[in-house]
Amino acid sequence: MTVGRYMRRRAANGAALTFSVLLTGFALFFLGWILFVLAEKGFRYINLDLFTKSTPGAGIDGGGLSNALFGSLLMTALGIVVGAPVGVMAATWLAEFGARRRLTGVVRFINDVLLSAPSIVIGVFVYGIVVAPMGHFSGWAGAAALAIIALPVVVRTTDNMLQLVPDQLREAAIALGAPRWRVTLSIVYRASLSGIITGVLLAIARIIGEAAPLLFTSLGNQFFTANPNRPIAALPQVLFNFAMGPYKNWHQLAWAGALISTLFVLGLMIVARLFSGRKR
Amino acid sequence: MSRNPEELTSPLVVTHADENRQQPAPPEPVTPGRRPPEGLQQVSNPKLVARNLNFYYGKFHALQQIDLQVQEKGITALIGPSGCGKSTLLRCFNRIYNLYPDQRATGEVLFDGRNILGPREDLNLLRARIGMVFQKPTPFPMSIYDNIAFGVKLYERLGRGEMEERVEWALRKAALWEETKDKLRQTGTQLSGGQQQRLCIARAIAVKPEVVLLDEPCSALDPISTLKVEELITELKQDYTIVIVTHNMQQAARVSDYTAFMYLGRLIEFNDTDTIFTNPAVRETEDYITGRFG
Repeated sequence: MTVGRYMRRRAANGAALTFSVLLTGFALFFLGWILFVLAEKGFRYINLDLFTKSTPGAGIDGGGLSNALFGSLLMTALGIVVGAPVGVMAATWLAEFGARRRLTGVVRFINDVLLSAPSIVIGVFVYGIVVAPMGHFSGWAGAAALAIIALPVVVRTTDNMLQLVPDQLREAAIALGAPRWRVTLSIVYRASLSGIITGVLLAIARIIGEAAPLLFTSLGNQFFTANPNRPIAALPQVLFNFAMGPYKNWHQLAWAGALISTLFVLGLMIVARLFSGRKR
Repeated sequence: MSRNPEELTSPLVVTHADENRQQPAPPEPVTPGRRPPEGLQQVSNPKLVARNLNFYYGKFHALQQIDLQVQEKGITALIGPSGCGKSTLLRCFNRIYNLYPDQRATGEVLFDGRNILGPREDLNLLRARIGMVFQKPTPFPMSIYDNIAFGVKLYERLGRGEMEERVEWALRKAALWEETKDKLRQTGTQLSGGQQQRLCIARAIAVKPEVVLLDEPCSALDPISTLKVEELITELKQDYTIVIVTHNMQQAARVSDYTAFMYLGRLIEFNDTDTIFTNPAVRETEDYITGRFG
């Protein structure tokens, strides 16, 4: 045994460990800073008006974010209602039925491209196929853009989760005489349910913060509306407009809105972690 | 062509073949035509019959001209070194290999006299009649009760009471009832490894198949669980036809009525278990059961 070699290895281990701890701290520092600034600047403007009043016009005092909060939730819900089932079904084909075919490789590749496509491009695309033919901006168009953004996230996570289900489990069910669709529904989905839900939550977190694709699709609306056929406000898009605007109350609402949307995403992430950490 | 013992080369070749299963086969012995295994050719009451059965993993020729008869309501053990094709042969009997597009079998497997390798065979029904238990315990992510009810529900519509009876019956058969009767609603994954494997056996027999295929059912179990499963297998013989793959020669000797020795994808010798273990006809069989290789 040569102590020299061991000491050298121990020193290298110590250096690597120190380095990674420092870098982790570096990353956490900025996350903490962002949260701190948001809380400091936004927290004092969170009040009941925020949730009951609509966004104020130029130069009008007071106001709230109710139309933007509702619009965001509405379009996100519509987007997920379309994007999540399509995504889960596509991933089911990839992992269960199309397995070992060349086409699955192509589909996975295209999905990865879609996953990293700039969201503003998707906004322009939906402008072309929904907004232009309809002749006006609408909540439907915004939801369509969000669905297209959510889709590849759901496909990717669900596909990964389904692939983690061991083949032995499928074989065991099939050996009982179960048809393939029954195995998928009763065994494979059940084994990966928490992972699939986590993927959908991550997709919600992803699309609820999107502003760029909504600029071309739902446009924004100063007034409260629950009609997806009309232009609808969304929180990130209001943040963008108000932060750039000249009025003090706009800035205050923007800080409060930024804090709310960050806390919402943070909460979603925590729920997602609880789900994915839940071992069966 | 007469049989040349030297073509079955050293055990090193076995390891080699095992590691390179997906690659081209090692040089094949030159044996044109079929060559029946040594020993017993016919059993009195065959439930399953493999006839000139060949199996391919892609291009790899894993089973070569297998002729084997499985006695009804008997226990047939498949033994042989790793990679010899025991599990592959077992997987032909319920066509589970069909899940994988690059795997195929040629020849015939007769189940009650009917060839099940045909393209129009209803695989779901076939597998309901020929159950299988795997090497690793595979409880479904659901309660112990539902683990057993899952397979039953596929082919029978039972009332609540009848289903409860069936679950109890299967768990008793698998010697698991006493340990689980108070926790049928707990998930099956919480059981110990040995209990999980007995749950899998209970699940397989709950659908009342005619044949049960066991693929090294005890390899992941401790000696006590192994003993329980072996007792169970012996008891099951009264109602079921059983084929068991095992690496454990004592196990084959203890539980089986017939034993087939396989080597390099061929069935070398088949006979009743006593004869195989006391008076084998072929040197390779003797070498293997006496532990000279394998």
